[in-house]
Amino acid sequence: MIDLDALWSAQTLVPLPVLLPLFAAGLTLALHRFANVQRTISVAALATTTVASGALMVAADSGPVVVDVGGWAAPVGIALVADRLAALMVTVSCVMLLCVLLYSLGQGIAEGEEPSDGMVAGAIPVAIFHPTYLVLAAGVANAFLSGDLFNLYVGFEILLAASSVLLTLGGTAERVRAGSVYIVVALLSSVLFLSAIALVYAATGTVNMAQLAERLPEVDPTVRLALQLLLLLAFGIKAAIFPLSAWLPDSYPTAPAPVTAVFAGLLTKVGVYSILRTQTLLFPDDAVVDRVLMVLALATMVVGILGAVAQNDVKRLLSFTLVSHIGFMLFGVALASEAGTAAAIFYVVHHISVQTALFLVVGLVEWRGGSTSLDRLGGLARLAPALAVLFFVPALNLAGIPPLSGFLGKVGLLTAGVEDGSGLAWVLVVGSVVTSLLTLYAVVKAWNKAFWQAAPPEIVADVPLPKGLVWPAGTLVALGVALTVVAGPLYGYAERAARTSMDGFTYVNAVFPDGADRGTGESVDVSADTEELP
Amino acid sequence: MIVLENTPSAVLVLAVGVLCGTGVYLLLERPLTRVLLGFILLSNGVNLMLLVAGGRAGASPVVGNAPPGERMSDPLAQAMILTAIVITLALTAFVLALAYRSWQLHGHDEVADDVEDRRVARQAALNAPAYEDADAAETGESLDEEAAEVYDEVADDGGRDDRPRPGGQGGEP
Repeated sequence: MIDLDALWSAQTLVPLPVLLPLFAAGLTLALHRFANVQRTISVAALATTTVASGALMVAADSGPVVVDVGGWAAPVGIALVADRLAALMVTVSCVMLLCVLLYSLGQGIAEGEEPSDGMVAGAIPVAIFHPTYLVLAAGVANAFLSGDLFNLYVGFEILLAASSVLLTLGGTAERVRAGSVYIVVALLSSVLFLSAIALVYAATGTVNMAQLAERLPEVDPTVRLALQLLLLLAFGIKAAIFPLSAWLPDSYPTAPAPVTAVFAGLLTKVGVYSILRTQTLLFPDDAVVDRVLMVLALATMVVGILGAVAQNDVKRLLSFTLVSHIGFMLFGVALASEAGTAAAIFYVVHHISVQTALFLVVGLVEWRGGSTSLDRLGGLARLAPALAVLFFVPALNLAGIPPLSGFLGKVGLLTAGVEDGSGLAWVLVVGSVVTSLLTLYAVVKAWNKAFWQAAPPEIVADVPLPKGLVWPAGTLVALGVALTVVAGPLYGYAERAARTSMDGFTYVNAVFPDGADRGTGESVDVSADTEELP
Repeated sequence: MIVLENTPSAVLVLAVGVLCGTGVYLLLERPLTRVLLGFILLSNGVNLMLLVAGGRAGASPVVGNAPPGERMSDPLAQAMILTAIVITLALTAFVLALAYRSWQLHGHDEVADDVEDRRVARQAALNAPAYEDADAAETGESLDEEAAEVYDEVADDGGRDDRPRPGGQGGEP
């Protein structure tokens, strides 16, 4: 199947982010009785995956790396494509997943020691945390690397199944309620996606993305628009774009802190990534839909942040800022220019790191203050100065205070918006600035109430923060700050990634190196081809 | 390029429509088991849609097995349907477990409203008359008339606001 030379090429790296976590998930499930072994396997698997994806990111910088799964060439078999965009997303996700895993080890949710009310200790098989978490990692990587629409659907389903289990971990009443909302919405979006795939297949006879990029322009424009809107609808639910975002603040905050952190960092970004691919690779040059997306981006930003301002619970407040900032990424995508896409990619990277860090820190706040309600918190700046710093830095980063990466991402977006020059783009530029200011207002409100107001008597002084929680959260905060330091090269990478994903032919040529289609994707012709072989 | 060699069978298309329609109807219900039944119907409808997308039925798609000249059916559509069925099975099992757990905890499996949502909705309801009052006072021309109108509006809105709120639906700000 694979000869020895190929074993050491960059192609070997492509399936690793999917395979390693999946194998490790199987192992940890089999070894569920041995908590220490489970931990070692999980950390080792994710660390290896991180290294592999980092190497893949370097390899993909000189051209997309394509692997035909099972040795079947692209239109017949499934292709995994690691171009710059996919490799970057996988790398950032892996780093994030690793940090959150270390945090969860510190918190001990895997062992069921989580101090949660209503939790029936011992009665719940929490040994499933590690396998599920690893499956989630595999699903995310599969979605990013997939070069095939149906495989993307499978990736979505893998991460959906894993995330539902993580969300309802322990099965308390509150989590069951949140999980019900989450899974029903997720199932609906999956069904929409699947029907979109059926229609795409009926219209073009293929689900391979590179081949779709070649064939979709030949499809009747009305049909094409319908396909595009159906795909965007399915991805829009995943990404929590405004009219489809109400499920997110309802379902995220009840989960354990590390789980919420992973979800906030990753799951919506998979939706954003899919929208980016749909808009750049499958349906380029589509001004009407881009304008619609711009309006939606504005609505997402403004409605999301107004929701955040109204909240009185830190976790819910952050969930609303998460929705709001999806609008920024959508803005970049909707501009449909290289500058806009590059800014969106950079913003995704920034937002993954900062939002995850904030949720982890809020987990610490909950641990220290015993609550996430702003009315019951207070005085933490004096009681836990380290925690205050950990919250303050990513909070300002989220609001976009210079010189942090949030500022750089926003400047990129605003520049791209001004370059675009249309009236709608200007409205969005103003909307982005207002949203940033309101974000600052929201996080400062949280800061004032949780850290500066007088401490309520319930919060005891002189309790050292658990080191196992502080280090991973601190690392993520530091990484968020480090994004500023490496912003030059990273932004350059994002620009190159935007260029290759905008031009279209790089992706298609990588999947079909012979130029023309190697097969038509129609089963009749394929069987005819294989019949001729012997 | 053209995959469908002839128009799809009306029976299949109708079945897709009926399954999806009933599925959506059930999906809008509150109890989780009905939602689940809706999801099953809906995904079966979509699976049929994939089958329609695969084109006309033909000989079994095994190379060398088909009589010469006869067209094979499309195996890719069927492979996709199989995968989708397996995924649906797994998620069905999960939702069933969720519904059962909900029944264990509450004695029913209806999806409740979010507590925070209800709180925000209640606050909005409390604030509503105050806003109305202030707005009306600003636009007032003849004080007596305006005062009477404001009084009516407040009384009306107060009454209207109290009634539909308890569910707290759509409390998302």
